Amino acid sequence: MSVMQDMGARAMALGIPLSVQLDLTYRCNERCVHCYLDHEDHGEMTTAEIMGLLDQLAAAGVFFLNVSGGEIFMRPDLFTIIEHARKLQFSVKLKTNGVMIREKKAQRIAELGIEAVQISLYSHDAATHDEITKLPGSFKRTIEGAQFLRDAGVKVIFANVLMSQNADHYKQVQALAHDMGIRYEVDATITPMMDGDRGIVALNMDAGRLAGIMHDTSLLGDQAERLLSPPSGPTPLDEAYETLPCSAGHTACYVSPYGDVFPCVQFPYKVGNIREQAFIDIWNDSPQLNDVRSIRVSDLQGCSSCVHGSSCTRCPGLAYLEGNMRGPSIQDCEKSYARTGVASYNLQKKQRRSIPLAVMAD
Amino acid sequence: MSTALYLLRSSNVAARKIGDELMIMFAQDSSLFSLNETAAILWNAADGSTPLADIVARDICPAFDIDAETALRDAAELAHGLAERGILQVGNQPFDTGSATT
Repeated sequence: MSVMQDMGARAMALGIPLSVQLDLTYRCNERCVHCYLDHEDHGEMTTAEIMGLLDQLAAAGVFFLNVSGGEIFMRPDLFTIIEHARKLQFSVKLKTNGVMIREKKAQRIAELGIEAVQISLYSHDAATHDEITKLPGSFKRTIEGAQFLRDAGVKVIFANVLMSQNADHYKQVQALAHDMGIRYEVDATITPMMDGDRGIVALNMDAGRLAGIMHDTSLLGDQAERLLSPPSGPTPLDEAYETLPCSAGHTACYVSPYGDVFPCVQFPYKVGNIREQAFIDIWNDSPQLNDVRSIRVSDLQGCSSCVHGSSCTRCPGLAYLEGNMRGPSIQDCEKSYARTGVASYNLQKKQRRSIPLAVMAD
Repeated sequence: MSTALYLLRSSNVAARKIGDELMIMFAQDSSLFSLNETAAILWNAADGSTPLADIVARDICPAFDIDAETALRDAAELAHGLAERGILQVGNQPFDTGSATT
C-alpha cells in the first residue's frame, strides 16, 4: 500500500474529510458552451466567511484543498484566501482558465507553495478554443498564463474537456502540453448542469469517438491494463456488501460559493450549509450525508450483478443526476461499453426499453 | 552542542495530522511523507525562533524519558535529515519569519 493509499484508508476509518473542493465563485469571464454552472452571484460567501470556513476545514483534518469556480480570479480577495489556506498548511490546488494570470500573479502563486494549477484548455486551435469559451482571445491569454506559471516553477496541468466540437483535437493538445512541459489530463464526459438541466449532455461526442479515446493507451497511463481488460465479472456478494461506490461523502466533499455542502461537485445533493451549521456538525451528523454513506455496491440497482463489476467507473453523482443515487449512471455504462464492447446490465435494460419506442416512432 | 540551532518549517510543503500520523506533502513533486513522532515534534515546534535545545528540553525529554545531551544530539541529526529532504530549514540564527508559512 502506498503512503497515499494508507493515508486514505486511515482517513476513511477515522471519518476524516481528507479532501474538499471549495468553489469561491460561480462568476466567470468565459461562457463555455458545456459549463454546468450558472454565472450569477446569488450571495457568495464573504472573505471573512471563507477564512472562517478554512479554519474549520483545517480543524476537521482536511489536507487537500481544491480551490475552484467559476473563475477564481474573479474574486479580488483570492490571494488573501490562498495565503490563509497555506498558513493553515493545506495542500492547495487551483483550477482556473488562466486568462487573468500574468507574470506577477504567477510569481505570487509560486511563492505560496501551491501544489498545482489546473488550466482548462479545449484545443490547440485558437478558433476552436475561443468558440467553446465564447471569449475572443482566450486561447492566447490561457496559453500565456500557463507559460507564466510554468516559468515561475509552478506545476501546471492542462485539463482538456472533450465534446463533439473538439474531440478530434486531443492529440494535438496533448502534443502542445508535451512541448510546453505541462502535464495533460483528459475528461471525456460532459455532465448535466448542477440544477439538473440535461441539455448540455447532448454536447457529448458520439460513441465511436469515445471508444477511440477510451482505447488510447497514451491517455490511460499505468491504468491501461486494468481499464482495457475484459469485464471483471460481477462483484462477489460478500465484497458488494462492504464496497463503497466512491469517496464522495466519505473522505471528500464540496462546498459551493454560497456555503452549501454536497458530497461532491458532481453530486448536487445538498447535505447542509455552513452559514447555518458548523462544518464539522454537517460532516458528522447530516442525515443526507449519512444516507449517502450508507450506500454499498450491493444496494445499486443492476450494478451489483453487472458483468463490469469492480472495473466499472460508476459515478454516484451522475446516477443521482439521472434520478437515483442508488441506480446506474448510464453515462458510465456507456464508457464501460466504449472500453470493452460489452453492454452493462443497465445499458442492456435501457436499450430493451428504447427498442419498442423506436419501432413505434417508425 | 556548542552552536545553537534554529528550525523553520519549509514554506512549500503542506502538512496535516491524520489520526496519529503527521503527513507532509511537497508542492514541487507531490511527494508524500509520514513523519514519526519525534520528527512531528520538531515540525510542530519549528517556528524559526525557538532554539533546538529548548524544544528538546520542553517537548522531547519529558516525552521520551531521555537525557538532554543524547536527545539534543539525536534531534540535531534528525533536523538535518529533515532539512536535507526540504521539510525544515536549519540555521545557526533565528529566522526572519515575516513572510514564512507558520
